[in-house]
Amino acid sequence: MIRIGKLPIAVFALCIIIFPWLARQITAISHYTDIMVFVGIYCLITIGLSLLMGYAGQISIGHAAFYGIGAYVSAILTTRYGLNPWFCMFIAVLITGGIAFLVGAPSLKLKGHYLAMATLAFGVIVYIIFNEEAAWTGGPDGMSGIPGLSLFGFEFDSIERYYYLVWGFVFSAFIFTVNLIQSGTGRALRAIHASEPAANAMGVDISRFKILVFVYSAILASLAGSIYAHYLNFINPSTFDLFFSIKLLIMIALGGMYNIWGAIIGAGLITFLSYEWLHYFKEFEVIVYGAILLLVTIFLPKGLAGVPEIAKGWFRR
Amino acid sequence: MTVVNGENILEVQGVAVVFGGLMALSNLSFQVKKGMIKAVIGPNGAGKTTLFNVITGSFPPLKGSIRFKGRSIEHLKAHKIADRGVSRTFQTVELFGNMTVLENVMLGCHTRVRASFLSSGLYLPGARRKEEEMRERAVKILKFIGLADKFEESADNLPLGEQKMLEIGRALATEPELICLDEPAAGLNETETYVASSLIKAINARGITVLLVEHDMKVIMNISDEIVVLNYGQKIAEGTPEAIRDNPRVIEAYLGSEA
Repeated sequence: MIRIGKLPIAVFALCIIIFPWLARQITAISHYTDIMVFVGIYCLITIGLSLLMGYAGQISIGHAAFYGIGAYVSAILTTRYGLNPWFCMFIAVLITGGIAFLVGAPSLKLKGHYLAMATLAFGVIVYIIFNEEAAWTGGPDGMSGIPGLSLFGFEFDSIERYYYLVWGFVFSAFIFTVNLIQSGTGRALRAIHASEPAANAMGVDISRFKILVFVYSAILASLAGSIYAHYLNFINPSTFDLFFSIKLLIMIALGGMYNIWGAIIGAGLITFLSYEWLHYFKEFEVIVYGAILLLVTIFLPKGLAGVPEIAKGWFRR
Repeated sequence: MTVVNGENILEVQGVAVVFGGLMALSNLSFQVKKGMIKAVIGPNGAGKTTLFNVITGSFPPLKGSIRFKGRSIEHLKAHKIADRGVSRTFQTVELFGNMTVLENVMLGCHTRVRASFLSSGLYLPGARRKEEEMRERAVKILKFIGLADKFEESADNLPLGEQKMLEIGRALATEPELICLDEPAAGLNETETYVASSLIKAINARGITVLLVEHDMKVIMNISDEIVVLNYGQKIAEGTPEAIRDNPRVIEAYLGSEA
C-alpha cells in the first residue's frame, strides 16, 4: 500500500501557511488567496469522496446534495432563528449524517451502476427541493444575509483569515482520514474493495463499513457547505446542482482516487481551471472537463497522484 | 494426532440449497467432531463449495439447520459466523491483492481486535496499541505458515503456493475453532502439496477442527480422520478413509457404473 509520509504533509502544510504572504507580494496572483478558500472547501468534500470511492470502491454522484444540505441548514438556522453559526454547523452535520444514513443504508446494498444511479437520483431530488421549497430556501433566488463566522470575538472577516480557518478544517479532515486509512478501518475498506466475499468471511461487517464511510464523507461535505454559506453570505440552488456532483468526480478522477493526495491535487487543479484558467472557453468549459475526464480515464487511470509510480516504472526500464 | 472427543463442533442437519431449478444440496446431514480433520469429496459439481458457502454464511440454506458448538448459525451473516469462530479459504484465491502479505493477515485479526472509527481517526493511544497488537499477532502467524520473509510483498506478487498458504494464515488470524479449507492443494506442485498437508496437520495439532474440500486423494487419505462423499448434492457415503476407498458407491460416482 501507499504509506502516507509525514514529511510531504509537513511540507504541504508549510506551503499552505506561507501562500497568502506570497500572494500579497505578487500582484498578478494576489486574488489567488480567495480562490484557495474555495479549493479548501472543495478539498473537504473530495477527501471524503476519495475515501468512499477510491478506498472503499463505492460510487456517489450525489455529494452536491450533502454539500447543499449543509449550506442550507446553516443558512436557514442562522438567518431565520438567529442561532450561533457554529451550533448551526453542528446541527447541519447531524442532519446531513442522518440523511446520509437513511439514503446509504438501502442504496449501499446496490452495486456498481445501481449505487451511482441511486445517489444521482437523490442529488436531483434534493436540488428540486432547494428550488421549490421557496418558503424555506428562498427558491431559485437563494438566501442572502447569512452571517460570517467569528470565534470568541475574533471575526473571520477578511479573505486571509477565512483562508486559515478553511485550511485548518481541511488539515484536520486530512489527518483524520489519513489515520483512518492506515488503521484497521482503512484495511477493512480496501479489503471490501478487493473482495467482498473474502472480507465478509474474515469478519468484516461490509454494510456497516460502507454506511460508516458514506456518512463520514457526507458529513465532510456538509461542513464544506456550511463554511461556503458563511463565506459568501449568500447561497442559491445552482451551486448544488448535478453538474457540481460530476465536477467533484472529475476532481478526484484527475487527482487520482486511490491516493488521498489525489483529492487535494484534483480539487486544486479543477478549481483553478474553472475560476481562473478556463474563462477563455466560456460556456465550452464543460467540453474541457469532458476531455479531461476522458483523457485521465484512458491514460492515467490512477490520476495525477499515480504519475510518480508510472515515472518510476519508466526509469527502471 | 489430536484428541478427538465425542463432542460435535458442527452439525449439518437436513440442509437443502437450490439454485434456480437445480438442487445444489438436498437433505444433507453430517457431523464434525471437535478436533478432527474431516474431508468432503465428490465429483465436480457435487456441491462441495456450496456446502462451504452455506456453512460460512455466504447465503442461507433453503431448508435445514447448521449448528456450530450447539448454536444454530444458518441464519447469521458471514461476518457474524466469523466472529463465532468459523473461518475459511477459497477455492480460487481471494486474497486482497492490493494489500501486503502482512496487511492481509492483519485484516484477519479484525474479528478479535478492533479499534473504533473515531479512535482510529484521532489515532488515540488505544487505537495505536491495538494496531501494534494486531501486527504482533500477524507476524506470529506469518512465521507459523512460513512466510516470515515476505511481510512487505504485495499479495498479488506471491506464487500460487504461497498465496494459498497466505489464505490459510489470514483465516487463522480470525482465531477460528473450525477452519474450512476449500481445495488447499489445487494447482500446487508436489513439494507445495507436501508443505500444505503438513501445515494442515500442524493447524489441527493446535486444536483447530478442520473441514476440508480436496481433490488430491493422496492428501485426503493421508491427513483426514473421516470423509464425507457428495454426489449431485447428496451424501452417498461417510466413514474412515479406508472404508471410503473400498465403498462401491463411491467408486461408481467417480468412475461411472459398469453397464
